[in-house]
Amino acid sequence: MSEEGTIKKFLYINRRAPHGTVYAQEGLEVALIGAAFDQDVSMAFIDDGVFQLCKSQDTKAIEAKNFCATFKALGDYEVTKLYVEQESLAERGLSQDDLMPLTWEDEDDDWAEKPSIHIVDKNKLADLIEEQDVILNF
Amino acid sequence: MTLHSVNKSPFERNSLATCIRLSKAGSAVILIEDGVYGALKGTGIEQEVKTCLQDRKVFALQPDLSARGLDKSKLIEGITPIDYDKFVELAATHDKVQSWL
Repeated sequence: MSEEGTIKKFLYINRRAPHGTVYAQEGLEVALIGAAFDQDVSMAFIDDGVFQLCKSQDTKAIEAKNFCATFKALGDYEVTKLYVEQESLAERGLSQDDLMPLTWEDEDDDWAEKPSIHIVDKNKLADLIEEQDVILNF
Repeated sequence: MTLHSVNKSPFERNSLATCIRLSKAGSAVILIEDGVYGALKGTGIEQEVKTCLQDRKVFALQPDLSARGLDKSKLIEGITPIDYDKFVELAATHDKVQSWL
């Protein structure tokens, strides 16, 4: 419908570790804003950005907000495409088992629970970057 | 001896590599904030950290490890997780603290 405007493909690229700086938290909030405007949102986690998705993060002792909990809510905001670069994981000694098991419910498939995190190699990620209309970096 | 602190990820800055290169045997290294990622097993910098452990003590701040979901089983053997009180004690018992930012 024309009054809804154009839907563009937005990619949010996250390359920073969580907690040490505010980039990760800000990036997550801006991605949610894109979703609120019904855009076609994807998120990419590259370099130290892959650390944002590590499970069992507990920020009580550093007295910081545990914004990682927000990742679990992304599916409810229809942010269902999270791409993690395989090469970045490998350089850091990490594997899929170290990441949060994020899922979303597909209403077009009888609310089947599907994984949101996709581990992709650099070539696939390069293709994803190429096909976007807008890219925002954090 | 000097207490060396590192607060940057070894994958984003070379602070940890420089700290290891320029700290002397018998000194101590503490990894804090994003510096705790340097304590992880299986990374590109693991070998340098292991070399450092041969003649220097290496600590990592537990609250920063917990915040990042880094369990003790993920750390290079020989690195000691410590709490804030122990960090203060280390700062007090060394002549100075060199912060590799």
